[in-house]
Amino acid sequence: MLEVNNLRVQYDDFIAVDSVSFSVEEGQWLMLVGPNGAGKSTVLNAVAQTAPYTGEILFDGKNLKTMRPDQRATQIGVLSQNHFVEYSFTVEEIVRLGRYSHTRGFFSEKGTDNEEAIEQALEKTGMTEQRNQSVLTLSGGELQRTFLAQVLAQNPKILLLDEPTNHLDLIYQKQTFSLIREWLHVPGRAVVSVVHDLSLAKLYGTHAILLDHGKAVSSGILSEILTPENLNEVYKMDVGAWMKTLLSTWD
Amino acid sequence: MQRKEHLSFLTYLLLTAALIATVCLCVCLGSVNIPLAEIGRIIRNVLSRTPQESGVGASIILSVRLPRVLCVALTGASLSVAGAAMQGLLRNPLADGSTLGVSTGASLGAVISIAFGITFPFLPFAGTMVMAILFAFLSLLFILGLTYKLDSSLSTNTIILNGVIFAMFISSIMNIIITFAADRVQHITFWTMGSLQGSDYLDAAVLAVALAAGSLILISNARELNAFAVGEENASHIGVNVKRVKLTVLITVSVLIGVCVSIGGTIGFVGLVTPHMVRMVAGPNHKRLLPLSLFAGAIFLMLADLVARILLNPRELPIGVVTSIVGAIVFVVIFYRSRKRR
Repeated sequence: MLEVNNLRVQYDDFIAVDSVSFSVEEGQWLMLVGPNGAGKSTVLNAVAQTAPYTGEILFDGKNLKTMRPDQRATQIGVLSQNHFVEYSFTVEEIVRLGRYSHTRGFFSEKGTDNEEAIEQALEKTGMTEQRNQSVLTLSGGELQRTFLAQVLAQNPKILLLDEPTNHLDLIYQKQTFSLIREWLHVPGRAVVSVVHDLSLAKLYGTHAILLDHGKAVSSGILSEILTPENLNEVYKMDVGAWMKTLLSTWD
Repeated sequence: MQRKEHLSFLTYLLLTAALIATVCLCVCLGSVNIPLAEIGRIIRNVLSRTPQESGVGASIILSVRLPRVLCVALTGASLSVAGAAMQGLLRNPLADGSTLGVSTGASLGAVISIAFGITFPFLPFAGTMVMAILFAFLSLLFILGLTYKLDSSLSTNTIILNGVIFAMFISSIMNIIITFAADRVQHITFWTMGSLQGSDYLDAAVLAVALAAGSLILISNARELNAFAVGEENASHIGVNVKRVKLTVLITVSVLIGVCVSIGGTIGFVGLVTPHMVRMVAGPNHKRLLPLSLFAGAIFLMLADLVARILLNPRELPIGVVTSIVGAIVFVVIFYRSRKRR
């Protein structure tokens, strides 16, 4: 579905990502893994077309750079980590924006497809009751669920997630990831995500790319990539031992 | 609270009624108060092409007050809808022609064209206006460009700070030019505080055309402005062509502000006050916000102009004095609230 060739992102003199290539196929959940500053989010932003890049990013063989933004949005959706909302939009208004790429014009929004997609997205994320509430009054978790509902309403083929539960309670973390796994079960879909938590990556991912200093150290099936040797080299510590230490506190 | 996407027909009807009522009020009251019945008679005479009866009433109403009130209403609506659009686009409730320095930039353009006699060969009558529009647009580009360089998140504070400094700098240059060309350019108060005294039907017609075109373009971008008001990155994610929308809105806003400034000088804070009030009542959705701001802006500026005319009768205050007093207070309130939220 998604093919990234020789991706390079440069800000002034700083090369954030260099010669990264990978592909994502239907049903895969690709985890971008690596220490801080490895370029994980930058790769995601380049795919979302919000970071300037050279190289080629193709969706079903079509170059994303030359695709119209609204066409692109029907294929690729993004859930970011933080949302700073300034105005008191209602939950439903935010979710409705997700239908932007499926509707043209000022008055043509009332299609049943739209209403149905919005209802479903609200229901799946458990935000139906708060639909008329101002987003300024929501908790961090509810706000993130609102934007998750937005991207579900957008109904893309590939979902890009940038640390979607970074600052959320564990319960939201679990709910969000389970929901996304369920979403992925529908044929023709794929997920690419940046996750800091290696346990989460191992639990949900099918494939992985290990990034370090802007370069892909290795990529492929998750279990073959997130090996102790690979992780220890990139993180410069005994990752497995640390994870076991963390877990041992529960015994 | 459940809100409808669009305004209902009844709302439009009520708003139109309020607008007409305000026009009548503003035409009646002034240095000489003219009873509503007489205005009715004068308008009937105009419509039936009967010659007006003798007396000052008809000439005051038809050649002084009515064109002025119309210009005030159209200016208020234009500045207000332009302010609302800018606040959405920049996700900044403090953005307005006056706080961003765009109006001051437009004034400089107008002053330069008058002082140096700049006209355009194909638009000899509109040299001032074209220069004002051009300078409004260049000011916007400059302020936004500088802000992007300093702070790529385009934070509320940076952008306003840049706007204020820019406005100070530009008004100094404008002062120098006005000092050297005092015989040709209106007094500095006109450019800094604005006035629609002496405006005529031609001005009203030009304002009406600009407002019709401008508000149509902005309202047709209401969904895109909603997306920008949530966040530019989010707008890009959901498929908004961010570059095209940004350019469209900035050009439209420049035209609206440029036309208003070239006719009425800089009338500050109108674009800040009315969208803020509207948002408090009707929420931030631009499908409601933009049309409501049109009406509210027209009514607000007509009332401000009325106060400016009758408060110290027979002396007249510059209209910008009234709007700035109200505007400055609203500015502080918005600033305080958005700070407290963080």
